[in-house]
Amino acid sequence: MSTDTKAQQQASRIGESRGERLRRILSSRTASLVAVLIAALWTIPTLGLFISSLRPEDDIRTSGWWTFFTNPTFTLDTYNYVLYSDSQGGGLIRNLINTVVITIPGVIVPVAFAAMAAYALSWINFKGRNLLYVGIFALQVVPLQMALIPLLALFSKGLHLGGVTIMPAWELEGVNTIVQVWIAHSIFGLPLAIFLLHNFMRELPADVMEAARIDGASHSQIFRKVVLPLVTPALASIGIFQFLWVWNDFLVGRTFAPGEATRPLTAVLGDMAGTWGFGWTRLPAAAFIAIIVPLVVFLLLQRYFVRGLLAGSVKG
Amino acid sequence: MDISAYTDRFGLLAVGLVAFFAILLALYGLAELASRRDRSRVVALVFLAPAVLFLAIGLVYPALRTVVMSFLSADGSEFVGFENYGWAVTDPDALQILINTAMWIVIVPAVSTALGLLYAVLVDGRAGERIYKALVFLPMGISFVGAAIIWKFVYQYKGSGDQIGLLNQMLVWFGAEPVNWLNESPWNNFLLMVVLVWIEVGFATVVLSAALKGVPTEIVEAARIDGANSSQIFWNVTVPSIRSAIIVVAVTVFIATLKLFDIVRAMTGGHHGTDVLAHNMVEQAFRLNNDGRGATMAVLLFLLVIPVVIYQVRNMRRQELETR
Repeated sequence: MSTDTKAQQQASRIGESRGERLRRILSSRTASLVAVLIAALWTIPTLGLFISSLRPEDDIRTSGWWTFFTNPTFTLDTYNYVLYSDSQGGGLIRNLINTVVITIPGVIVPVAFAAMAAYALSWINFKGRNLLYVGIFALQVVPLQMALIPLLALFSKGLHLGGVTIMPAWELEGVNTIVQVWIAHSIFGLPLAIFLLHNFMRELPADVMEAARIDGASHSQIFRKVVLPLVTPALASIGIFQFLWVWNDFLVGRTFAPGEATRPLTAVLGDMAGTWGFGWTRLPAAAFIAIIVPLVVFLLLQRYFVRGLLAGSVKG
Repeated sequence: MDISAYTDRFGLLAVGLVAFFAILLALYGLAELASRRDRSRVVALVFLAPAVLFLAIGLVYPALRTVVMSFLSADGSEFVGFENYGWAVTDPDALQILINTAMWIVIVPAVSTALGLLYAVLVDGRAGERIYKALVFLPMGISFVGAAIIWKFVYQYKGSGDQIGLLNQMLVWFGAEPVNWLNESPWNNFLLMVVLVWIEVGFATVVLSAALKGVPTEIVEAARIDGANSSQIFWNVTVPSIRSAIIVVAVTVFIATLKLFDIVRAMTGGHHGTDVLAHNMVEQAFRLNNDGRGATMAVLLFLLVIPVVIYQVRNMRRQELETR
């Protein structure tokens, strides 16, 4: 916006009284101050948690994290305990692994299926295409809470219509309940992923598609060899969306894999924070283990994330 | 670390991935066959089948079933008509939940959008703009639960004297008595909202900042030459130019707010008068085992987004017409 400031300077030269100039400088000072204040307010709480996670338990219990600057004490014991200890409130490595095991298919499956669906919706002509797309588009805003109770019943009791069993109960137990979380995440991630990918795919040049078609390429060949390479950045941004959503999810994980041993990390943390029982001093370290992975991914791939965000929102 | 203790999980992951790729291969094979015979409708069917099947069985059917369940008793055994809805609008606790939800969905989108716009304008063109934006954007990568924990430590309360929570310590520094913030109804509601605003402002800033860059400088210059001052330009030129981006941000935050479960769960568990629809829905269904009331809460949630769905679909239709 350098042109703006230039214009301002010009305006200041053309008959600006001293009072006006003073006010402009003041307001620019205030603007800086407010900007810095907001930036600080948005950073300090996280910094506080991080410092807390590195302090010894007794210090966390008795003094605030800011005393770290006058009285620095430092330990990694809490991280060690929450990850590996067999005692209460420890062993979160198990839940961290659950999160990883949940997240990988929880991202790959919906993105792959959404890409296929988005291709069909944007480049294959068939009757009812627009209606189907509007339907999927509208599903984006259906709260997943609407599906929670019946979907869980579907897994545990199966689907029966008038005495006919359409789908038997899955009767998954223990670690295998994670399959339910995969499917639930895939379902809930699909509408947004299809919408965003459709936005990208529809904008591919039609003559490229035509040329491929004339060369005798089939739809599945065009999809794999022409479309997918062209929408790789879009796939990346949707992948990041879904990754953040699945990794950070609390509700779906605790509903579909409710066992102590199968819960993802966030579900354990949410309940730890909710009860705030004994062992709350270990919460900062535990929380930071859960926070750090998405935060790093987010920082590294922010560009893709922002691109997806803008494609999904500014247009819509 | 003893990885062998977790072979069951990794085994499951391997089996799952292999099965998934097998399904993908089978689908491609089918599509290829249909393609060769020039049956594009069959190809479309194959490409759409997984997504449509998932959505139909996992979202559409369950949503309809939830509507039915909202008219059934706690265990779903008998029809009770509008009894659950009656409870939702007359029971004092349930009413409190509706009022809280109403406050959330008005305040959080409004404040997030306004702050995001303010910040976007303030840092626009400033040296270090990217760093400024990144700092505020960062909480977007943090889970709601993580954010709730971060802020729970800010609000933490400890008898008297020196505090562990920053907010109370500031009170002590100024010579005031510390407050047990999260127990103070109705103010605790606003403190919970702060957490969601803290997350959503980054989103608002990024989208609105991009929109600001799209405002043609000629219009701004023209207005300035016509003698408009900064605030006139802001309200009469900038805001109308980015109107659609503002609406999108507000709507997106509105939907996120409505579905909010995690922050309430992790901060107060819905106690001390802080419960909201999406949280109570889970409480009713999974802790109190009252599927009827849980379903009713979910339906109320859905009723609140219907206007947004209609608006979105209309908007999309209009855009499709414009691009044609």
